[in-house]
Amino acid sequence: MADTSTTAPAQPAEDELAPKGSGRVITREMTLMLVVPPALVAAVFGAFVWWRQTADLDSVEAQQLRWSELRRLGVEHVQLTVVAALIVVAVAVPLGVLLTRGRFRAAAPVVIGIANAGQAAPSVGLIVLLFLWLDGGFWTAIWALSLYGILPVLRNTIVGIQGVDPTLLEAGRGLGMTNLATLGKVELPLAVPVIMSGVRTALVLIAGTASLACFIDAGGLGEVLQTGITLFRFSLMVTGAVLIALIALLIEWLGRVLELATRPKGI
Amino acid sequence: MTQTEQAPDRQISGAELRLENVVKRYPGQKVAAVDSLSLTIPAGEIVAFVGPSGCGKTTSLKMLNRLIEPTSGTILLDGKDISQESATSLRRKIGYVIQGGSLFPHLTVAANVAVVPKMLGWDKKRITERTDELLDLVGLDPDRYRDRYPRELSGGQQQRVGVARGLAADPPVILMDEPFGAVDPITRQRLQDELISIQRELRKTIVCVTHDIDEAIKLGDRILILQEGARIAQYDTPDAILAAPANDFVADFVGAGSTLKQLSLARVRSLDLRHPTTARVGDDTGPAVRQAEEAGDDAIVVIDSRDRPVAWPWLRQVRHHDTVQSSPRENLVTLDEAATLNDALDTMLTAAHSKVIVTGDRDKYLGVLDFETVTEHMRKTEREAVEHQHELEEQEQEAVSADG
Repeated sequence: MADTSTTAPAQPAEDELAPKGSGRVITREMTLMLVVPPALVAAVFGAFVWWRQTADLDSVEAQQLRWSELRRLGVEHVQLTVVAALIVVAVAVPLGVLLTRGRFRAAAPVVIGIANAGQAAPSVGLIVLLFLWLDGGFWTAIWALSLYGILPVLRNTIVGIQGVDPTLLEAGRGLGMTNLATLGKVELPLAVPVIMSGVRTALVLIAGTASLACFIDAGGLGEVLQTGITLFRFSLMVTGAVLIALIALLIEWLGRVLELATRPKGI
Repeated sequence: MTQTEQAPDRQISGAELRLENVVKRYPGQKVAAVDSLSLTIPAGEIVAFVGPSGCGKTTSLKMLNRLIEPTSGTILLDGKDISQESATSLRRKIGYVIQGGSLFPHLTVAANVAVVPKMLGWDKKRITERTDELLDLVGLDPDRYRDRYPRELSGGQQQRVGVARGLAADPPVILMDEPFGAVDPITRQRLQDELISIQRELRKTIVCVTHDIDEAIKLGDRILILQEGARIAQYDTPDAILAAPANDFVADFVGAGSTLKQLSLARVRSLDLRHPTTARVGDDTGPAVRQAEEAGDDAIVVIDSRDRPVAWPWLRQVRHHDTVQSSPRENLVTLDEAATLNDALDTMLTAAHSKVIVTGDRDKYLGVLDFETVTEHMRKTEREAVEHQHELEEQEQEAVSADG
């Protein structure tokens, strides 16, 4: 090429080709966030296992810290979190979409306000109120947790859809897409990253709040903590706190993985 | 039009658009955005809507595909009232090209182009074929680009895909809203050239909104100059508007009267091209170099198997290899035969050669235009203008003396 060297500066836009990749950008920061939390969780959990096997425990502690018991409570905790999160997504995403459509748009601030108030209320209060109304048990806890986790997903769904570049919507309509097609093919895919970040926030909130489920006989790792406080056993308190923190970290990590996996290629 | 004369065998695939007393009044505004616009856009022509910002040109354009519904008046497409049809099915018959391309970032290039054919229910094979054909038409190698995402393209390439998307379902009418406003001047000139070349082939009805009078003059078979309220200041061919602006507003707007402006109207195709030594990719360099030396050329135009120029190496560079080498075609700056002299001079200023390669349909190589030819043409035009002026003055004097 005779003239590339001299003409190239005049037309950089045409010559600059981004490398052809998978269409996804994974930054260094994202890689770190994907690798560090599981490693940290594994390390801390390893330390806990070592302590549990070597520590000198009295009968109450030994009873409460049996591996089978810890596993049961851990599974309950995860069940509470996952079921509540699924319900949150199933309710908040369609509701959020609805609140960005035509005449429902005006209702968006009201609904967000209500959800805000719901989240501002202390979570213990919410759980106890529902207990008084519905009695204890798994599903009452699920109700409370879902109500508590709805706000971030709802808000992010609305914000995510409203944040889609209006020229893209006009492009879609100008090309002859129906309103439904514009929603399904343009608005929702482009809002997915924002929505999923709301889902991750909700997951973390729910995982933390699920430790209060033990107050209404819905199980979860909160039980270890509660027993520790009632019987004043320091080892139980620390174990409960550490395990809850580890589960929350792990769930937040899972949320990140989900966020990355659902992110449409190309954005 | 000159283009019709040159290519009488090409069929017009566009359709006529007619606006009758179209009014758009926004609630709460005293002045109508578009105040009774009546206009016929002939089938197969490019009509450029120009005017100062806020003159209603974009509103007028968007009423054509009902992105904006007129308050009153009728718009006829191919004789049929467009309000009688559902807006979505109407829009699928009207291509829409937007500034910067407005590609869907989460879809590949191919998927972006395929949006309308998919909605029209074309089968997969037909869509794939059409997509590749269109990418080729807008100058993007399908194998290289179809699976890329918009983010991986330059601004000019995105705009090309935007044009391909607008053409996808072969609509008779294409609307372009400031199509080349978001790219750098050199890329813009290339895209304009390509559009003209594509239009030569397709003969669609194209309505193009722009604020750039030079773009309007270059692209438009006709230009519609609008004043506030979308009142028509003048609607005519570029030559007629430049030669006889209807009023002061138009004269100011187009900067008419200047010889340079007139010059910018002249197309490259009206000048004589030189034909230096060419060689095909993969040829032995020996004979090519010898031929060039005999002809006194210091560079060789390399063309590919489809007659498209791909490189323009100096002889010393050619000698480095045994066979003639190719290189990515995008790196070579070429000029379409429909480009203006203005573009030609621009291109020469930035190129290594004080010449520029001229191409025709589908980037086919036509020849080389050099600086001397352009300057010669300019001097000739100027001489003629002066002579013409003299003639006019003499006639006037004769008329005066005859009166006396």
